[in-house]
Amino acid sequence: MGHYLLRRLLIALPALLGISVVLFTVLALAPGDPFSEMALNPNVPPEVQANLRKQFGLDDPIWQRYFRWLLAMLQGDWGFSFISRIDVDKLILSRVPVTLAIIGASQVLALVIALPVGIYSAARPYSWFDRIASTLAFIGFSLPTFFTGLLLILLFSIKLDWLPFVYRADLAATGWDWWVQQIRQSAMPVAVLGFFQAAGWTRYVRSATLDVIRLDYVTTARSKGLHERAVILKHVVRNAMIPVVTLVALTLPQVFGGAVVTEQIFRVPGIGSLLIDAIQRNDLPVVMAVTFVLSCLVIAFNLIADVLYGWLDPRISYR
Amino acid sequence: MQEDVLRALVEEVRTGRTERRDFVARLAGLGLSAPFASLLLASAGVAQAQPAPYKPTRRGGGGPLKLLFWQGPTLLNPHFGIGAKDQEGSALFYEPLARYDPDGNLVPVLAAEIPSRANGGIAADGRSTTWKLKKGVRWHDGKPFTADDVVFNFTYATDIATAATTFAQYEGIAAATRIDAETVRFEFQKPTPLWHRSVGVALVPKHLFETFGGTRSRDAPTNLRPIGTGPYRFVDFKPGDLLRGEINRDYHATNRPHFDTVELKGGGDATSAARAVLQTGEYDFGWNLQVEDEVLTRMEASRRGRVVACPSGDVEMIQVNHADPWTEVDGERSSPKSRHPVLSDGAVREALTLLLDRKSIQGFVYGRAGVATPNFLNNPARLNSPNVKNEFSVERANAVLDAAGWKRGSDGVREKDGRKLKLLFQTSINSVRQKVQNIYKQSCAKAGIELELKGVTAAVFFSSDLANPDTYGKFLADLQMYAVAGRPPDPGVFMQWFLSSQATGKANKWQSVNRGRWRNDDYDRLYRASEVELDPVKRTALLIEMNDLICREHAVIPVVYRPSMYGLGRQLVAPLSGWDTALSSIAEWYAEA
Repeated sequence: MGHYLLRRLLIALPALLGISVVLFTVLALAPGDPFSEMALNPNVPPEVQANLRKQFGLDDPIWQRYFRWLLAMLQGDWGFSFISRIDVDKLILSRVPVTLAIIGASQVLALVIALPVGIYSAARPYSWFDRIASTLAFIGFSLPTFFTGLLLILLFSIKLDWLPFVYRADLAATGWDWWVQQIRQSAMPVAVLGFFQAAGWTRYVRSATLDVIRLDYVTTARSKGLHERAVILKHVVRNAMIPVVTLVALTLPQVFGGAVVTEQIFRVPGIGSLLIDAIQRNDLPVVMAVTFVLSCLVIAFNLIADVLYGWLDPRISYR
Repeated sequence: MQEDVLRALVEEVRTGRTERRDFVARLAGLGLSAPFASLLLASAGVAQAQPAPYKPTRRGGGGPLKLLFWQGPTLLNPHFGIGAKDQEGSALFYEPLARYDPDGNLVPVLAAEIPSRANGGIAADGRSTTWKLKKGVRWHDGKPFTADDVVFNFTYATDIATAATTFAQYEGIAAATRIDAETVRFEFQKPTPLWHRSVGVALVPKHLFETFGGTRSRDAPTNLRPIGTGPYRFVDFKPGDLLRGEINRDYHATNRPHFDTVELKGGGDATSAARAVLQTGEYDFGWNLQVEDEVLTRMEASRRGRVVACPSGDVEMIQVNHADPWTEVDGERSSPKSRHPVLSDGAVREALTLLLDRKSIQGFVYGRAGVATPNFLNNPARLNSPNVKNEFSVERANAVLDAAGWKRGSDGVREKDGRKLKLLFQTSINSVRQKVQNIYKQSCAKAGIELELKGVTAAVFFSSDLANPDTYGKFLADLQMYAVAGRPPDPGVFMQWFLSSQATGKANKWQSVNRGRWRNDDYDRLYRASEVELDPVKRTALLIEMNDLICREHAVIPVVYRPSMYGLGRQLVAPLSGWDTALSSIAEWYAEA
């Protein structure tokens, strides 16, 4: 096991290096300029723009800039935002709590819906419950989040006037009032993301459970006279969950990456909106840092999923 | 309309025979901005218009003020502001010497009074201005605001290593000197009629930035935790997302500010920002609502808020390339040395001007957000001809082209000497601009001019990246459309856009401002004269002559002038000015009960 982990980690290193080279080159070659907004400002003379470019090293060759970035990154320096003129790690850290809260809550909501609905549907395939659940699931993952988001705003904010549609990270309230306001403003973004994710996962859980439920050992368990509830929960679900764990583990990096579109609609100040703003303003150090952290997380969670397999299913061994 | 006429007009206002407002409107008709007209009157000793009344009778008590910006500020040092959003953010905490009110008058903020010839603030030789500062102003940390701070801001911003974006506002100032604790003198390098260009710079405290000048400027802790003189004190800042402030109980203007806290939320898009102010009332103020007017009108129907259009100097224009973008001269296309094979013909430029249907563009595309204008300098309409409809005529365009010898070919496209009237028209990608492109293409086709349309992503189009051929600076096309952001109210700065010596090209790394590469000796002469003309009336006459010259020669084709669009909640009263940042007047804002 230890040996296996070490080997996987060693393989991950060149992979990360390769990813960073590709990311950096693509970003550096992409057209655009972080100071384009200044170009139309008659108060910013060209010398100041040129001086800024020099200060931020934008005129150096790409390979020099890459090695400078790599060295700094190895020392824990994530870079300096061109646009905000502060350190990138501060910028990212200020966005982490909101991202974790909103995306985390939506993933929990998705799991809470997908697991029972998927399992129950599989236990009674082609029943009315299954049919309705399947139909809703199909509708759920065919509707893009920007569409459902706008629909919810139209209904709950504009027509009914119940919920606010601008998310504020810094609520000016305390105690119960804070919780009420927090729940009111999170309700729509969490629902949009949660239901979308739940729709896909429900189908997945259902098919994974169906695969297992027909196996002989389940029939054996039933013929022993075990209660149906025990059969499903103890015998079926544990085995059916193996592929589901992979799926969930691989979507977890998204929790950190945020949801670009939904964050934009509800103005949730998460990492997704930071990334999209940084891309639009060509703030390369921020784009580079966010994308690189995401690639690290994808690699890490892949590894975690593999390790979890062994815990769930002792038949799988590591070599 | 020349010098003596202007003089008579000013005299009429001074003696009360003409309304101040009418004078401003008439000058606007000549292509001069409202602030400019006001300054002209001030120099003749005409009293300033009365400011809008401020009703609250005590400081605070207004509760929270919630501002929604679809682009949130990303930094809070006014000297580093990259775009308007950053200037707005720092305006909550920092203040300038003076600001512009909605009519374009200068209103003192940190100054005790606006310098003029009469009060001795403007030297007779035009070589210096002397500012008296307001007494009893304190920074948020309790330290007094003095002349040293004003002098420091000048040295800080003009150090090229600081990379301050306010650099050019101090252009032409040789020195700033402290006379006493409450008096500062700015000395110009030469007699300067444009003395008020630096008044809008928000001032930062010397004692906190002194050790962080030049290359160390990025390390100043105060960059992110502003300490200014403004009506609100800093509470919290998340770049690009949220900015919070609380009332400054020690503010230097009586009974101000009205609100107890202020919150500036950023992010999202302009349409939903408009919705949160106009339709749901979640926010009190929506900034720069660049949304189609039709949509705004529909939202206003909920009666929770209203849209305010503030006249400003922003002009959307079609720039004509006077250099040849299709042949390489000395290793560059659009070389300032070359001449455009087709567009150098004045008849073609005249036809292009006649073919721009500004009325439809205003009616169907911009609505309240764009007012048709035939002048380059912002203005509602030309003197004596407020109706711009006359300017659009396909028949006349055809006649002009026929007379100049451009014959229609078999495909309907005109040609002359083997040159076809096919032009490449580029702009940034933005649904409004693409609509205008299409309207123009259709009317040009009726006159036998074929336009090929090109859209470039804004981030690329406005980039200063030298390697990219699609930038507006290089202008490797025949026509291009964008807006002149016209904050500085004096047109003097913009008039450089047509100066021969400013023709952009490889030699100056495409960084000069004459992007159309138009050259005209008469114009250059007028400009030189206007630069040193100290008599405001004579200078105005020169500027009007310059504007007329550009328009007569069709050096550029103005489309619309764009007022700044803001959304206000039902109860909010805000004297917004299109000549300054929206939040420059934040101390004067209040909510009606």
